[in-house]
Amino acid sequence: MSDHLLKSIFGRLTWESFPLHEPILLGTFIVVAALGLALFGALTYFRLWGYLWTEWFTSVDHKRIGIMYVILGIIMLLRGFSDALMMRAQQAIAFGDNQGFLEAHHYDQIFTAHGTIMIFFVAIPLVVGLVNFVMPLQLGARDVAFPFLNNLSFWLTAAGAVLVMISLFVGEFASTGWLSYAPLAGLAYSPETGVDYYLWSLQIAGVGTTLSAINMVATVIKMRAPGMTMMKMPVFCWTALCSNVLAIAIFPALTAAFFLLMLDRYIGTHFFTNELGGSPMMYWNMVWIWGHPEVYVLVLPAFGIYSEITSTFTGKRLFGYTSMVYATVVITILSYLVWLHHFFTMGAGPSVNSFFGIATMVIAIPTGAKIFNWLFTMYRGDIRFELPMMWVVAFMLTFVVGGMTGVLLAIPPADFVLHNSLFLVAHFHNVIIGGVVFGLFAGMVYWFPKAFGFKLDEFWGKVAFWGWVIGYWVAWTPIYVVGLMGTTRRVNHFDDPTLQPYFIVAAIGALIILVGILGFVMSIVMGFVKRDQLRDLTGDPWDGRTLEWSTTSPPPAYNFAFTPVIHDLDAWYDMKSRGYERPAGGYRPIHMPRNTGAGIILAGLALSLGFGMVWYMWWLAALSFAGLIVVAVAHTFNFARDYFIPADEVALTESKRHQPAVGA
Amino acid sequence: MVVLNPTGDIALQQRNLILFATGIMLLIIVPVMVLTVLFAWRYRRGNPNKVYDPNFDHSTTLELVIWACPLLIIIALSVVTWTSTHLLDPFRPLERLSAGRPIAPNTKPLEVQVVALDWKWLFIYPEQGIATVNELALPVDVPVHFSITSTSQFSTFYAPTMAGMIYAMPGMQSVLNAVLNQPGDSWGYSGNYTGRGHTEMRFKLRGMAPADFARWVARVNASKGTLAAANYGALEKPSIKVPALYFGSVMPGLFDRVVNRCVAPGAPCTIDVMRRDMARSRGDVAGRSAAPLHGTTPTPALFKAPEDKGTGPNVTKPAKPGAPGERKQGDPRNRDLSATQPFLAPGALRTARSDPQASGHS
Amino acid sequence: MTDHTRLPSDAAPSWHLAEDDDHDSGGNGATVLGFWIYLMSDALIFASLFAMFGVVRTNYAGGQMPHEIFELPLVALNTALLLASSITFGQAMPHIEAGRVRATRFWLAVTGLLGAGFIGIELYEFSTLIAEGAGPQRSAFLSAFFTLVGTHGAHVTIGLLWIGVILVQLGQHGLSQPMKRRLICLSMFWHFLDIIWIGVFTFVYLFGVLR
Repeated sequence: MSDHLLKSIFGRLTWESFPLHEPILLGTFIVVAALGLALFGALTYFRLWGYLWTEWFTSVDHKRIGIMYVILGIIMLLRGFSDALMMRAQQAIAFGDNQGFLEAHHYDQIFTAHGTIMIFFVAIPLVVGLVNFVMPLQLGARDVAFPFLNNLSFWLTAAGAVLVMISLFVGEFASTGWLSYAPLAGLAYSPETGVDYYLWSLQIAGVGTTLSAINMVATVIKMRAPGMTMMKMPVFCWTALCSNVLAIAIFPALTAAFFLLMLDRYIGTHFFTNELGGSPMMYWNMVWIWGHPEVYVLVLPAFGIYSEITSTFTGKRLFGYTSMVYATVVITILSYLVWLHHFFTMGAGPSVNSFFGIATMVIAIPTGAKIFNWLFTMYRGDIRFELPMMWVVAFMLTFVVGGMTGVLLAIPPADFVLHNSLFLVAHFHNVIIGGVVFGLFAGMVYWFPKAFGFKLDEFWGKVAFWGWVIGYWVAWTPIYVVGLMGTTRRVNHFDDPTLQPYFIVAAIGALIILVGILGFVMSIVMGFVKRDQLRDLTGDPWDGRTLEWSTTSPPPAYNFAFTPVIHDLDAWYDMKSRGYERPAGGYRPIHMPRNTGAGIILAGLALSLGFGMVWYMWWLAALSFAGLIVVAVAHTFNFARDYFIPADEVALTESKRHQPAVGA
Repeated sequence: MVVLNPTGDIALQQRNLILFATGIMLLIIVPVMVLTVLFAWRYRRGNPNKVYDPNFDHSTTLELVIWACPLLIIIALSVVTWTSTHLLDPFRPLERLSAGRPIAPNTKPLEVQVVALDWKWLFIYPEQGIATVNELALPVDVPVHFSITSTSQFSTFYAPTMAGMIYAMPGMQSVLNAVLNQPGDSWGYSGNYTGRGHTEMRFKLRGMAPADFARWVARVNASKGTLAAANYGALEKPSIKVPALYFGSVMPGLFDRVVNRCVAPGAPCTIDVMRRDMARSRGDVAGRSAAPLHGTTPTPALFKAPEDKGTGPNVTKPAKPGAPGERKQGDPRNRDLSATQPFLAPGALRTARSDPQASGHS
Repeated sequence: MTDHTRLPSDAAPSWHLAEDDDHDSGGNGATVLGFWIYLMSDALIFASLFAMFGVVRTNYAGGQMPHEIFELPLVALNTALLLASSITFGQAMPHIEAGRVRATRFWLAVTGLLGAGFIGIELYEFSTLIAEGAGPQRSAFLSAFFTLVGTHGAHVTIGLLWIGVILVQLGQHGLSQPMKRRLICLSMFWHFLDIIWIGVFTFVYLFGVLR
């Protein structure tokens, strides 16, 4: 075949794009392929494909979609964390003559992939997953406002994740840092596939996140159970609402920035180039208008999780509910006004820098108030130190340090010496691990019995807890120190041997965190093995206070046989303490949304569009794009989107629940 | 810890600011941490002697306190932030060499022009008419005015012992005023990632007594290399681990040409283009008057002919056999992490950067 | 609903709503609300593009300038077409409320034709500019101009596709409740594009030429 034809078909994809000569990648590929084949074989052998397709992949049930989000997040966490291990190992040994085991180009891809994956494909899916699963239950709703959209959002996020994973074995990922700053990410300096993979995967996933955020906001506004005024809504729903409002406000800026960078790369415009009037600085502004609030998009729901858990395990109402809500709203608004603190050092005038610095610090006030609220919820409480509560205490002790270094970095002259240093890197890991990740683990442990009907194994759960907490401090304290020694970030080799002990300690810390991650996986495995002992028959294993605990574990597809009516903030606690009795009859048919495969098909087409564009296979991209439009239009012709669960079936499901409940 | 133990007055003030702010924040952080542990211990379920009050969920006094405490701390820090940001503004001329040593008015600071290249630093001393690469010598107790720009990437000019970092950006000029108070060698870095050679984009900062500095200038002046438009193009090409280079003379106005992106012969300076655009927008130039494009930009993806798509650098396989990347551990060639060879300016004096292998490259 | 919550606390409260058919997904105005939120986020994308345009609007880089390339009569005609299409969509609204399918389809078709005229003129303008060498690659100003106007044009094109789909579906389903909901969303979308266009016309074309 002629070169012309080959290139027309395969674009710039050649045999050389497959990293057969990279031992690390080849080994990874063999392991992943073997695991994938084993999984595929097992699913085929046990004839689970049909079940997965009808019950999960096409499901519009918010609980199943939430669980799929969380699974996606955990899988990607393993990928992102192996990147972290490689970086820690490289920095621990690459001193003096030893170049370490990663050459610069490979190392650069790893830190880029680590950041990108951890934020977009670990933190976001885990947060969105928990919100998806919990929020409608807490609101007393049967599903989210737009169930099909929810399914589509998930699959778009998954398609983005798949595209990132493909980049590991076909071509390469970006080596431009996790925000792919212009002008480095422009065509002139990064002509490789990496930035294209980055842009397409994040753009596809970003559409999913935006749609999901719209869905959640509409759900909170329109689907609350009767009697649940905004100020009787659980704090987690408040934080989820604020987080999603914020996501809707910021993702357009990121979408636009990526869109313009794509235009620069694909049709040669001059938005972020150095030539012909381009303004790379504008890219920095746009990505940080997204980037800083994004931290709050992630951490606000985590704050909500801490609030729910603190209240449950202290056996008290949350202290200062109203100020908690206002604090959340204030943080939401302020976080939009601080982005410039990411580049104080670009030489904006001192008044501008001061404004953004002080605005940043002001966020510490509502955040501090929140910390005190949790503290005084514990005060005069009856604290049960079960796993979720342990995570909360660890969070409070860890997060305040990250908050402190954050305020420090918000002072522009201090930022001049600490910006782009490992001190900064330690700071944001401090708040993201100590704030978001601890919260996500707390939430997963807390709501796991609700999702699956049995608790996680406690021993391995404690291994996970101590691994993460000790590992965090061992890994990141030395990084703070080397930051104060003037060490900059994204460096793959050092000349100064006095730094080495710190990096060795940090690497050990990363290994301890690995123990924590494996402990969490084991707590799921052992929980499943011992599921009969750990079974939750009451639906309320923690003596909870909000509505999700009023239904069975796991909840039926319709969540609640009757829509609950709310009279108080802690609705389920109110029901329990006022002698609530579950109705035993009088069921009616329940109106439910029907499953559809349109979401996964659309996401698959988006994936092949992205792949075609990355590799310059224009025919594939054009076909996929046409396919997207055809499928989307065809979906609008489907008017049979709902069905009724008959009253007998509801009665049957509910009666099953009553029998064990009597024994318990 | 360089940041906490600097040798320049600006960095020292920044260090003091960090210590002060940390101290004031510890006023609230420490009590919170202590109370967390205390409450967690005292109100645990196993403690029979505790007070359990499930309805304690509101106290106006307490809520006022918990909003007021952070508020007071932040107000204090805001005042400090406002004043220190203005006092330590990199654009602001220095007023003192160090505490209690004011600078006489009308003192003219030493001018140093800094150009961030891929991946090395060019320092031009316009008053001395010399230039160096990857070595910055400064006389102690002399205020210095840095003008900073870059050729292609956003780097940060960062000498932690002297002052905080400031971005070097193509087509733009940033400023830093700083002073060194003690002689001695240290390292400077680029803080912002700029691609594969980022790790090695360092320079040696040498603080010298004024007499030593004069000798150093004379030594550089005596070296034969001249930096002009012709060889600047070669210097500009990406290279890694470039040893310190001295240029005895330098083309006048080179820095301004770098800022205006017109060092290459025939390239129009952006400032001239903008002036002409302004004249055109006032209508001083009649008719449709777009100027022809100079130079080339990379062909965007959608306009590439199939043959031009290339396998490109998008393959993970190294560009040519034997390139760095497929090598033994400890192989000295590994120090060169790029496919490009280190640039050696013709005739430039090479002072090896403590790298015995450096001469093996050419 | 609220009467359930007003019970005195000592009375046995009602814990459940025995509803016939509530929580209809997308019902009780959720779709309209959700679509409105989507439009707000789309407005923020346009805001970002406007901001980008604002930053580079005078970065001509020696290339063509607004007063050289903008033909205001053509743009005025274009604006008139789009504004007229909003009016014709408005004409359809009472018929939608009243359930008159034929009249609804007629006014929608007129709206679509006006929109198609708008797109046709815009394509003509773009192709002329590119043929003159004033393409989006020439300068940051032209990049931002083409992107801002082109993104709006792409939205109008999607609106045209949507009108086409609705015209077919009206034939199949008439003005059923879901169809009415879709038409409300479509009308919001169409008027939204009109508002964006007024911004484009003012800030890009008028200010560009007047300066």
